[in-house]
Parts: sequence; structure tokens; C-alpha cells
Amino acid sequence: MNKISIERLNFFYKDKQVIRDLSLEIEANKILSVFGPSNSGITTFLRSLNRLYDLVPEARMEGLILLDGKDIHAKDVSLTELRRRVGMVFDVPTPLPLSIFDNVAYGPRLGGVKSRAKLMETVEEALRMAALWDEVQNRLDIPAMSLSGGQQQRLCVARVLALKPEVVLLDRPCSGLDPISTAKIEESLCELKKRFTIVIAPHNVQQAGRISDRAAFMLSGELVEEDSAQMIFSNPKNSRTNDYITGRFG
Amino acid sequence: MIKFKEKLSGRIFFALALSSISVLALITVFIVVKGAPMLGAVGGLSWDPEYGEFGIIPMVIGTLAVTLGAAVIGVPVGICCAIFLAEFAPLKMRNIFRPAIQLLAGIPSVVYGFWGLMFIVPFIRDHLGGAGLSILAGSVVLAIMILPTIISISEVALLSLPPHYKTGSLALGLTHWQTIYHLMLPAAKSGIMAAVILGIGRAVGETMAVILVLGNAVAIPDSILSSVRTLTTSIGIEMGYAEGMHQEALFATGIVLFVMIMIINSLAQYVVRKK
Repeated sequence: MNKISIERLNFFYKDKQVIRDLSLEIEANKILSVFGPSNSGITTFLRSLNRLYDLVPEARMEGLILLDGKDIHAKDVSLTELRRRVGMVFDVPTPLPLSIFDNVAYGPRLGGVKSRAKLMETVEEALRMAALWDEVQNRLDIPAMSLSGGQQQRLCVARVLALKPEVVLLDRPCSGLDPISTAKIEESLCELKKRFTIVIAPHNVQQAGRISDRAAFMLSGELVEEDSAQMIFSNPKNSRTNDYITGRFG
Repeated sequence: MIKFKEKLSGRIFFALALSSISVLALITVFIVVKGAPMLGAVGGLSWDPEYGEFGIIPMVIGTLAVTLGAAVIGVPVGICCAIFLAEFAPLKMRNIFRPAIQLLAGIPSVVYGFWGLMFIVPFIRDHLGGAGLSILAGSVVLAIMILPTIISISEVALLSLPPHYKTGSLALGLTHWQTIYHLMLPAAKSGIMAAVILGIGRAVGETMAVILVLGNAVAIPDSILSSVRTLTTSIGIEMGYAEGMHQEALFATGIVLFVMIMIINSLAQYVVRKK
């Protein structure tokens, strides 16, 4: 069974429609890239998967999103649990004004993990998975803000992984990063898909090509096509996808 | 010609700016010159100008007691109100609350005092005993008066946090309240501390409102229902007829008050900068 099924998703901010009739199946343990020009509704799409748009009073959604076959808008779904299962990394690093350790331990601790040893174990594991452990293991107590941009972003990845999510959403996670940090994040993503389902909005087509198993092209709120990454980037069915990939627009 | 105008207008603005600073300097010098001779004589416990006793310790204690009371009542209410406005209130409600709170700051202090005298004082007299004119009455009135300061500065401190703190925390599956308590309040700590300190500064300096509800007895209080006199009220009541040493003692009181408020304000500045 697919990890997430989306059926006829329509999304509105006030009167403006930002996603049109989107249906998509997301497979478990794969990396899906959702790419397209800006203002295509990609961020909104990602945020609808963990219901982060609930913060926006004017937002309205139609359609069905199933996580493991269960409607995420069902009344008995706990928002807290949903967001722990579907973690999110943002386009700019968003470290909290806490130490490195506390940034990663923040979620598990408030989720009820009390023992310091258990927290330490979780934090180490998460930092290792995000390829940051070696750089910070001796200074977990310094403020997270003093890390470099690339390290901060990996910290944010670790923070999400510490919650042991099932799905990880990444919204242009490398947009402000240098090539070396980007390479590190991409490398760890390929490692992470063994354990998680990953949906990423890549910051360009090249990145999408490097890391994805599946790829979906979005344009003005519509899903143009979705296929294996190999097909999309070598032989897209839709001419608009082809135009975008070959750089004729966007 | 144009150059001349530029220069002239610059000079005029400088002169005007200088005049407001020099007023501060003049007042300081005036108070210090008038009060300094008696500054050494105001350390006693008894204030009785007719018999040459000029101890202001009871007034210092009165000021501290009333201010502490106002902080104990006003700070929690103010901070909770700021959290509500910044985080929970729907837009429409916020648009009513915010101007209303600013209006609270615009009410003349004598009106607060009058209201306290008509409602708070009788309420305390009837339900808690004593004369009603008391530390408690003063604290309640002052607590209300410092609310606008505490609420508006704390609210700004909360609203000026980067929005990603909140989104990031919520995306980690924390509830709204957990986010506020564990993340936003600690992050806005310095702003909220400044709000509290400035509120306290206002309470220390307030005169008219407390003159009406404190009873103004010069005595060291033994309960929150005792009547006290603050440094400000002491000056306010007696300056009109004081002469000679008595007048100088009141100026010395002014120096003490001045120093207290300077300390409080610099504390607020320090807390904000330390961030």
C-alpha cells in the first residue's frame, strides 16, 4: 500500500485557488521530488500533508489525504501525532533559540521522554543520521544560532528525525546553502530513505535529478505529470515538463 | 542662500534639542542643590517636621510595599493579557482590546485615585476590615495603572519574535500552549522583563492616585491593610506649606526618589541590551 494517497486536492487562500484537482500516490521508502517554478503551489502542497496550513485562518481545503489509508482530517486524528509522523524541514534553517542538544531534544522531551540518557541516545542517533554528529559532538551545549547555515539546516533535519517520523517533508531545504552543505544533505537523504518516506521540493531541476526515485512536476497549482525520475528527466510525456526541464521557461 | 538656510535650520533644531536636555540637567541640579544639605538627616525612622525629625524610612518602606503589591497583582494579569492578545485573540477582538488598553493609559491618574477611593477603599473596609485606606487599596489601583505599560511592551516582545519559531515548533508536533510556554516566553524574556521593570518604575513614581487611597499615615506598616505614605505622596502633601529645613528634607526625599527611578530605568535598559 502507498504511504500517502491524495485524491482530488483543491486548495484555496481566500478566493485564490492555489492547488487544482491534484491526485497523487506517494510510495513508502522512496524520495519523491515535487518541482516546478515558484508560485506553483508546492509549498502549500507540502504544508497540506502535515496540516501546517491550519495556522492560516483564510485557508480552505477540499479533497482527501490518506496517510496509511486513514484520512488526516478525520475528527479523531491528533494534530500533534500527525505532525510527529509527518515531519517538516523548511526552506530557511529555523533553529530555535536553544542549545544544539535542546533543539534536537525539544520535540522528544515535550513528547514525554524524561530520562537524560534516553534523550542523549535519541539526539546522537538523529545527529548521526543528519550527518552532523561529527561536527558538533563536542559542543552540544553551544547555542544553535552560532552554527553555520548548512549546519543549522542539518540540525533542523536532525530535529525532525529525532521524533522518529514516518514521512519527512523538505521544502527547498538547500536553497540558501553552499554546494558542500547541499551535497552533505543530499547524501544523508539517500541514506534516510531506507527508513523514511521523503517528499522534497528541490531547489532546482538538477537536484531533483540527482536524488529522486519519483518526480512530480507542478505548474500553476496543477500536477502536470508524475513518474519515475528516470522517465521524467529523460523522456517526459508532457511538453510543458520538457520545456521546463530543458530550461525553456521557469 | 540655500546653504545658509540649511545651516540655520540645523542650528535651530540643535538648540531645541539642547533645551530639552538642559531642562533635565536644570531639574537635577535644582533638586540636588536644594536637597543635599538635608540628605544626611533623612535616614531616621520618624518623620515629624514640627519637632525637627526628618526620617523618611517609613516612606521608603511604604513605597516599596505598595509597588511590590502592584507588581504581584499587575504583572501576572498583564503578561497573561499580552499572551492572549498576541497569540489567541481573534483579529476582531484584538482590534477592540488594543485601543481599549491604550485608553487605559490615557485616563488621568487622579481619576484612578478617585475611583479607588469610591470603590476599592469601601470594598476593603467592608470585607477585610480596617479603614480601607491601605497598602492593598494602593496596590490594586497601581496594578491597574501599570497594566497598559506591561501589556503593550510584552505584546510587542512576543509579536517581534521571528515567525519561524512558532511554525518550527508546531511542525514538530508541539501544541500551541507548549510552544508559547517552552519557546516563545523564554525567547521574549528580555522584552517582558523590560515591560515589568518599566511598569514598576511607573508605580514608584505615581503620586495623585495613591494620595487618595493610601491614608498617608507616616508609620511603618504591619499588614497590607495598614495605611502608609509613599515618597511621592509625602512630597505632594507637604511641599505646599513647607519651609526651611522641612522643605530641604522634602527635596532630599526627591533625590532618593530620583535615584530609585534612575536605577529602575537603567535596569530596564540593561535587560533589553543584554539580549
